[in-house]
Amino acid sequence: MAGTAVRGRLTWQVATVTAVRPETTSVRTIEFDIPDWAGHQAGQHVDIRLTADDGYVAERSYSIASAPGEPLQLTVERLEDGEVSPYLTEELRPGDEIEIRGPIGGYFIWDSDDARTPVLLVAGGSGVVPFRSMLRHRARIGSAAPVRLLYSARSLPDVIYRTELDMPGDGAEIVYTLTRQQPPGWAGHSGRVDAALLTEVAWPEDRQPLAFVCGPTAFVEIVAGELVSLGYPPDHVKTERYGGVGAP
Amino acid sequence: MTERLYGPDDSALDGNAIGGLLHEIFSTEMTTAEATCGHCGNTAQVAEAVVYVKAPGTVMRCRACTSVLAVVVRKQEMNCVDMSGVAALQAG
Amino acid sequence: MSPLSRGFHGRRRASDVDASRVPPGQYVTTDFPVLSAGPTPHTPLENWTFSIKQGGQTTKSWNWQEIRDLPAEDVTADIHCVTKWSKLDTMWQAVSLDTLLAQVGHEARFVLAFCDGGYTTNLPLADVTGGQAWLAYGYDSSPLQPEHGGPARLLVPHLYFWKSAKWVRGLELLAADEPGFWERYGYNNYGDPWREQRYAGD
Repeated sequence: MAGTAVRGRLTWQVATVTAVRPETTSVRTIEFDIPDWAGHQAGQHVDIRLTADDGYVAERSYSIASAPGEPLQLTVERLEDGEVSPYLTEELRPGDEIEIRGPIGGYFIWDSDDARTPVLLVAGGSGVVPFRSMLRHRARIGSAAPVRLLYSARSLPDVIYRTELDMPGDGAEIVYTLTRQQPPGWAGHSGRVDAALLTEVAWPEDRQPLAFVCGPTAFVEIVAGELVSLGYPPDHVKTERYGGVGAP
Repeated sequence: MTERLYGPDDSALDGNAIGGLLHEIFSTEMTTAEATCGHCGNTAQVAEAVVYVKAPGTVMRCRACTSVLAVVVRKQEMNCVDMSGVAALQAG
Repeated sequence: MSPLSRGFHGRRRASDVDASRVPPGQYVTTDFPVLSAGPTPHTPLENWTFSIKQGGQTTKSWNWQEIRDLPAEDVTADIHCVTKWSKLDTMWQAVSLDTLLAQVGHEARFVLAFCDGGYTTNLPLADVTGGQAWLAYGYDSSPLQPEHGGPARLLVPHLYFWKSAKWVRGLELLAADEPGFWERYGYNNYGDPWREQRYAGD
């Protein structure tokens, strides 16, 4: 895959927190300074490593929220029974250090200004994070590729990057579906992403679109399956599963 | 993406989740490498394998037939890798 | 050691723990972590059986009702996972493997437990008899949940918990030892937490 293989050792580096920003009541974006950061591609992720004072070590992976060229940002959702996410979303503060290795991934990446290939991004909950990187990258390079983000969230207050997504830029469309609660007068979609919603929102397969699906495992399985049923060739549907996190 | 024979399993991840581990082992990005299952012959990118990480080791299974492709056990800073379930691996 | 992460403490630990109950290298948790090497099977009870196999043949088999009709015990045990968490005073409802093995004539010295989903683990016969091992179908007075191995799992608390095979469907009685799943991939053939026998060669 052109330009993505990072050969040689992938080493752990010390990253210093430079800023934290709440996105929703349970989601926070953290910005880091890493002296030898080599840059990344939109859609890639990092592994982080935390060491407690008794030597206990925890490792996790997070999608990169910032665009290539911007300082590294990660967006983390606090999980109810989480071991790491409560620390990252509530305790971690500017000046703190954690270990990070990356960027990682050559499969779930998008880097194209091919105006003929429309892109469909389908996000379940915090699965929207790598798509923020893709959308910001698209705007930064002035890509003419048409892009549509279908974003499934529990409620409007749970939508991450809401202000930013309300101004997506030329040729980018954002479609929300709110699964548990809708504000009064909501004119958008409600309920889970299903065949009917995808039929309405997805690019027709004769335009040879590329699709990315990211979020909880069950969400990704259902959506990817539906896209293939709609005629998307399986190798045009890229998936990234976040496991059994809270379903949108 | 390959056809699923089994229902969704909420705890399962995919090969993306072990991109860092695989890079550590092979000294290169491996999620786009194509792996052929030794049991059913299905070929798919490593990113699309079914991966279990909440275990005494990391287990990669074929998405088509669920047979074990590879297991990585971390033993004192070393990765012990068993790839006997992979019939062929093509990396770029 | 890696740089410390200020303020990070990891899992909820139990406090006031009697250290003599904690094997070397373990920490006590109040959670019950779910670990798995594969998808969670969902075998309907009407199709479920537990079998003893010898020489490739099934010599004895019980269906779900027959297992439930056997005398069962309330077992309280400390359990120790090779991934370093221990959980004390776990409570199970279980049938002793002595009860099951007593119904089969054999001269086996080893067993290989086999499970839905293909998982296996091996044990010396001496470690699954004499009141040391059970077929457990209840946890904390409720039916054992699928994520924890239900409808039934092995319970062999004196060894690392990977030996307490989830979704167990039977035992193969063997004259010679045969490594199971984790034993093949680098874990210790026996797995005594008190001698910290985690990996092969420990």
